[in-house]
Amino acid sequence: MKTWDRPPGLSLCSKAAGQARSPVLLLALLAVQGLAAQWGGELRFSIRDEPRSFHPAMADTDAAETIRYLTGGVLVRVNRSNQQLEPELATSWKIEKGGKGIVFQLRPGLLFSDGTPFTADDVVYTIQVLMDPALHSATGDAFRGGGGAVKAVPRGKYDVAVVFPEPVAGAARLFDQVAIMSRNSPLKERAVLGAFRIAGHKPGSFILLARNPNYWKTEHGRRLPYLDGIRLEIQQNRELELLRFRRGEVQLISALSPDQFQQLAAEDGATVKDAGPTLESEMLWFNMNPSAPIEAYRKKWFASRNFRLAVSHAIRRDDLCRMVYHGHAQPGIGPFSAANRFWFNHSLKPHAFDLEQSRRLLALDGFRLAGQSGGQTLRDRDGHAVEFSVITNAGNPARERMAAMLQQDLAAIGMRLNIVTLDFPSLIERISKSSQYESCLLGHVNVDLDPKGLMNVWLSSSATHQWNPNQAKPGTPWEAEIDRLLKLQSTTLDENRRKALFDRVQQIAWDEAPLLYLVNRNALVAFSRSLRNVEPSVLRPNLLWNADRLWIETAK
Amino acid sequence: MRRFAALLLISIALTLLLAPYVAPHSYATQFRDAPNALASRQFPLGTDALGRDRFSRMLYGGRISLVFAPAAALVSSLLALCLALLAGCLGRRAERLAGIAADVCLSLPWLFALLAVRAVLPLNAAPWATVLATFGLLGLLGWAGPARVILAAVKRQLASDFVLFARAGGCSGWRVAVVHLLPNLLPLAGAQFLVTVPAFLLAEANLGLLGLGIPEPIPSLGGLLRELENLPGAVAHPWMFVPALLLFTVVGAFHLLVSADKYSI
Repeated sequence: MKTWDRPPGLSLCSKAAGQARSPVLLLALLAVQGLAAQWGGELRFSIRDEPRSFHPAMADTDAAETIRYLTGGVLVRVNRSNQQLEPELATSWKIEKGGKGIVFQLRPGLLFSDGTPFTADDVVYTIQVLMDPALHSATGDAFRGGGGAVKAVPRGKYDVAVVFPEPVAGAARLFDQVAIMSRNSPLKERAVLGAFRIAGHKPGSFILLARNPNYWKTEHGRRLPYLDGIRLEIQQNRELELLRFRRGEVQLISALSPDQFQQLAAEDGATVKDAGPTLESEMLWFNMNPSAPIEAYRKKWFASRNFRLAVSHAIRRDDLCRMVYHGHAQPGIGPFSAANRFWFNHSLKPHAFDLEQSRRLLALDGFRLAGQSGGQTLRDRDGHAVEFSVITNAGNPARERMAAMLQQDLAAIGMRLNIVTLDFPSLIERISKSSQYESCLLGHVNVDLDPKGLMNVWLSSSATHQWNPNQAKPGTPWEAEIDRLLKLQSTTLDENRRKALFDRVQQIAWDEAPLLYLVNRNALVAFSRSLRNVEPSVLRPNLLWNADRLWIETAK
Repeated sequence: MRRFAALLLISIALTLLLAPYVAPHSYATQFRDAPNALASRQFPLGTDALGRDRFSRMLYGGRISLVFAPAAALVSSLLALCLALLAGCLGRRAERLAGIAADVCLSLPWLFALLAVRAVLPLNAAPWATVLATFGLLGLLGWAGPARVILAAVKRQLASDFVLFARAGGCSGWRVAVVHLLPNLLPLAGAQFLVTVPAFLLAEANLGLLGLGIPEPIPSLGGLLRELENLPGAVAHPWMFVPALLLFTVVGAFHLLVSADKYSI
C-alpha cells in the first residue's frame, strides 16, 4: 500500500508520454509496449516445504496447493483479483433440485497434457476419487458435510451433474479447489489440464514444472502459458530466500515479512507491493474448556464476556499494526477481514482502545484495582490477582513482539501477562489435546472466501473450535445461536439471505469476543522487475494466480 | 594478559551490576513513539522494534548473563570436582560408572533437554523462575566435560609419591581425598570453571536466538542478538552490534584468563 514501485516499462511509458509531442507517437509507443510480451523462459521461486504428494486430491500444504493451482485444470475458478467465479473447463453451470445438484456444461475438444481427451467421464472419475474414504482427501472433506454420498452423473459427453445429499449453498465455489483428473490416461493424476505439468522433482531440492503443450487458453493466437517452465526451489529459510531473490536466483517472493518488505522497499532492484489486508488474522483467545486443567477462578474469568471484552478494549491494535507490521496490517475485527469483499460485515469496527470502558466492564464483574498508583494489581471478587499466561510459538518475531506489547497494554489495567514461547509441536499439543494453557496467541489462515470454510472453527462440535472444542451440545446460548445460523446458511441458496445470516454470526462473534482478533496482516510481495503481467492479489496464490499470463522480459 | 582480561571482566561486571543506576530507562518500558530509533542522547544505542532502550536492555541483559552463567558454571565445576574425587577414590567400578554417566551426559542433545524442561515448566512460572531453570539445567548438564578432565588428574595424583606417603602413613581414603587431593585439584577446577562460563554464555545466546531463552520482558544477550538476523538493517545501524561486541569481549576475556592459566588444558 505504501510502496508500489512502478515497473520500468510503465516508467518508460510515462517518461515517453511526457516527451512525446504527438498523440500518434504515444499510441505507437503504447502499442510497442503491448506487443512486447515474450514467450519462453523459466520462472523461479521458493516454496517452504516439500509436498508429501503430487496427487491433486491430497494437497494439504501451501506448497502442494500452489502446485495444484499451477498444474490442475478446474471447472470454475475464483478470480483472485475481483473475487468473482469464472468459467474455466466448464463454460456454464446451473443449480438444480433446490441446491441438491449442479450441472456443468464442459468445454469441448480439450486435451490433457498427455493428449488424452477431456470428457464428462473425467469429472465423474474425479468426484469418485475425492469421495474415496480410503484417500482421506482434505479437498473431498469440503464436499462431505451432508452425511451422504456425493455423486457425479454424466449427462452426455460434455454435460455432467454433481448431486449432493442435501442442498449445498455456494456449491460452485467448491470446484475452485478440484483439479480434474483423467480416468483414461495412463499417467493418471500426472495428466493435467492446467497451464503446467510436473516435469521433474529432486526431493529436498526442487520441483520442475513444464508448460502443458495442450493447455486450452490462448493469447495472440498462441497457446498459453508464456513461460516454458517453473522451477520451485525448496527453501525453508526466509533469509536465504531473500538473499537468493537479491541475487536474482528467484524472481518472486509471495509472503514477505514486514521487516523484509521494509528492506527491499529501500533497495532498487525489485518491485515490492503491499496488496492490502489478507484473510489471515492474528488473534488471542482464552481457554474456556470446562475440563481444562487450570484453576477454577481463572476459568471463571475467561468465561466472562465482560472480562474478554475488557481485555480487548485494553489492546492498542493500532500500535500492533504500526510497530510490529510497520503499518502493513489492519486492526482485526472478526472472522473475515474487509479483504473478503462480499461476506465481511461492513458495519463492524475493531474493538476500540478504551481503558475506561475496560475498567467499567471489569468493575461489573467485581474486579477491583489494589495497590498504589503505578503498580496497581487487578484482583477478582475473591482477591486473586489477575495474572495469566499466553502461549505462542517460538521463532515468530511478529508474535513475540505482539505478546510483549499485550503485556504492557494489559499492565495498564492491572493485569499481569506471562509470555511463554513454545516450540510449535508443544504448542499444538497443548491447544488441541491436553488443553494445558490459559490463553493463546496464534494466527488463522482463511483460504476460502465462503463462510462454509469457517464452520470447522465456529461450530461448537468441531475439534478446532479453539476456545472449547468438541462440545456435545453448545455450552452457551450464543454458541448455540452461532451453530444454528451457520447450519442454516450452509443450506440456504439465496446469497443475500446467507449474507444476512453470516452478518449476524459476525456480530455475535464481535459481541461475545471468544476470539480477540488483533490484526489482519497485509499481503506483502516482491517480484523481479523483469517479471511482467504481475497482478498481486490478497488471496493465495498471491503472485501466481495468473501464472499462465506471466512472462519474463529478457535482458537486451 | 591475564591481568588485562581480569581487569576488563571486572570493569564490565561492575558496570553491568550498576545497571539500575547507569541505565537511562527501564528495560521493559516501550516508547511506542520511538520504535527502531537511531542512537541519540536519549537512547545511546537506539531502540528496538518495540521502542525499548537498547542500551538499558543490554546492561540488564548482560547483568543476568554475567551473574547466572558463572553461577551455573560454579554448579557444574563443583559437581564435576565432587564426582571425580568420589569416582577416583572409590576404585575402578566407580570410575567406570562415572565415565559412563559422563558419556551419557555428553551425548544428550542438551538443546532438546532444555526445550523439554521449558515445556514442562508451569505456565505461570515467573520469568525469573524460567531464568533459574534455564541456567540451572545448564549447570546440572555441564558437569561431564570438566569431570573427565578432573578424574584424569585424580588418577595421576593417586599414583603420585605424596599420596603413597600419605597412605603409608595411615591416612584414610577420605583424608587423602580431602586433605591431599582436593587442594591440588582446586586450580584445575578453577580453570574448568573459566572454560565453562563462556560456554554457558554462548548457550544462553543460542537459546535466545531461537526465541527459547529468557522470556519477555526480561532482556538477555541472546535476545538482543536476534536483532542481528536482519543483517542489512544492522549494518546500516552499527550500534546494533554493541551487544554482540559485549558478548564477544566477555567470552574472549574468559578464554584469555584460561589460556594464561598454567593449569589450562
